[in-house]
Amino acid sequence: MSGLWGVARAIMGREFLRFVHQRERFLAALVRPLVWLLVFAAGFRAALGLSIIPPYQTYITYETYIVPGLCAMVLLFNGMQSSLSLVYDREMGSMRLLLTSPYPRGWLLFCRLFGATLISVLQVYAFLGIAALFDITMPVWGYVAVLPGLILGGLMLGALGLVLSSFIKQLENFAGVMNFVIFPMFFLSSALYPLWKMRESSELLHDICAFNPFTHVVELIRFLLYLQMNWQALAWVVGSTVVLGAVALWAYDPSRALMKRKG
Amino acid sequence: MAELEVRDLSFRYGAKQALDRVSFALPEATFCALLGPNGAGKSTLVSLLTRLLVSPEGQVVVAGHDMARAPRRALAHLGVVFQQPTLDLNLTVRQNMRYFAALHGLPRKGLDGRIDAALDRLGMAERAGEKAADLNGGHRRRMELARALLHRPRVLLLDEPTVGLDAAARAAIVGHVHDLARDGLCVLWTTHLTDEVRDGDHLLVLHQGRILADGRTRDIRGEMPLSDWFLSRTEVVA
Repeated sequence: MSGLWGVARAIMGREFLRFVHQRERFLAALVRPLVWLLVFAAGFRAALGLSIIPPYQTYITYETYIVPGLCAMVLLFNGMQSSLSLVYDREMGSMRLLLTSPYPRGWLLFCRLFGATLISVLQVYAFLGIAALFDITMPVWGYVAVLPGLILGGLMLGALGLVLSSFIKQLENFAGVMNFVIFPMFFLSSALYPLWKMRESSELLHDICAFNPFTHVVELIRFLLYLQMNWQALAWVVGSTVVLGAVALWAYDPSRALMKRKG
Repeated sequence: MAELEVRDLSFRYGAKQALDRVSFALPEATFCALLGPNGAGKSTLVSLLTRLLVSPEGQVVVAGHDMARAPRRALAHLGVVFQQPTLDLNLTVRQNMRYFAALHGLPRKGLDGRIDAALDRLGMAERAGEKAADLNGGHRRRMELARALLHRPRVLLLDEPTVGLDAAARAAIVGHVHDLARDGLCVLWTTHLTDEVRDGDHLLVLHQGRILADGRTRDIRGEMPLSDWFLSRTEVVA
């Protein structure tokens, strides 16, 4: 048991050190949502009218509306960043080193995923802190209540990255795949506009958004920030995490595809 | 008793047969060179020996432990130097060693002493605090070797470990691993370079997924230089 904890600490510690050594990655992860918040949202606040929808009990500014979506955006980009580093690790030998540890492969991958998720959550809190400096605030206890939602959302998006990393053969293929994942996931969600607004323009687009697990990460975060629980979103996120985690385990099974590519 | 035993191991990539009923057994205190041209199946064999791949056909036994039935115990007795670098260049040599130690569940108590001893054996003790990025190619390989020995494995597997090294660094690492074998370790060294193989070494020649020769190098090559013997066998067959 102490060995399992020791290996978890080592893998997470390595993720953290890697993050500390890549300060530009931290800055990029912060600048991206801040640009959306301070530029995009400011420009669109007049154009996009919002009605009162749960969990909000009064009219809110557009900046306030998109904060949960931008938190989820940080998790999404970090999940993909983590998957990129997994592909890199596979091209180098670090992935082999990890997978030839005597500990169960599922545990090793989970530790890697959890370490990357904690880094993402740190970045979300840094983002929320800066947003608060610009007077975009949530209920105080909301910042605490949202923590499990951020971890769960981070695990789900990290598991998605894990799945993608097992199917991406080389780093060069990565950018293309990301374009087919990040942008559709982000724009076809409730991150930038509520689903009822999407329905006004297209029923089909609304249904796609409602089916997108990323929408439910956003909604889970949104409700928790206001000290409420969206059970449907929680069920979606837990279910997606389990499914994606199972696919990742399957893909990384030694009798299957991943290492056959001589990576 | 054999420290590393492979029995009737086969593997296919779809329709392509990468390994075909490969069998061999290596006792302790052995330096075995696994020689094969590119595409012979060496990388596949290394992946199967380290459980990066699993084959439904055949058996791998490390220090008496079946890789399929008891992978944790088998892997715990196996040290591996991969062809690809495994070091995190942002971390120091000691941090890299600690990371590996944790992956193998080594106790933290006394770990620093163990790391120092492993580095010292390779003449790397004074570099423990340096960043891996600051080491030259030869030193990085030596560190990989020190890392692979940290958990005191009974079998050491090296996958073309001299790729990219200059002549002096190559000679040093070949010599050092021979010393380890003389001291009792069972070593499997994969290569396509005949000059890394000594006459007294155990030699396995792998070609087109099959073992072409298995025995003492001197006996296999006869009167021919090993390079000529190897070319004559692998090029003619190809």
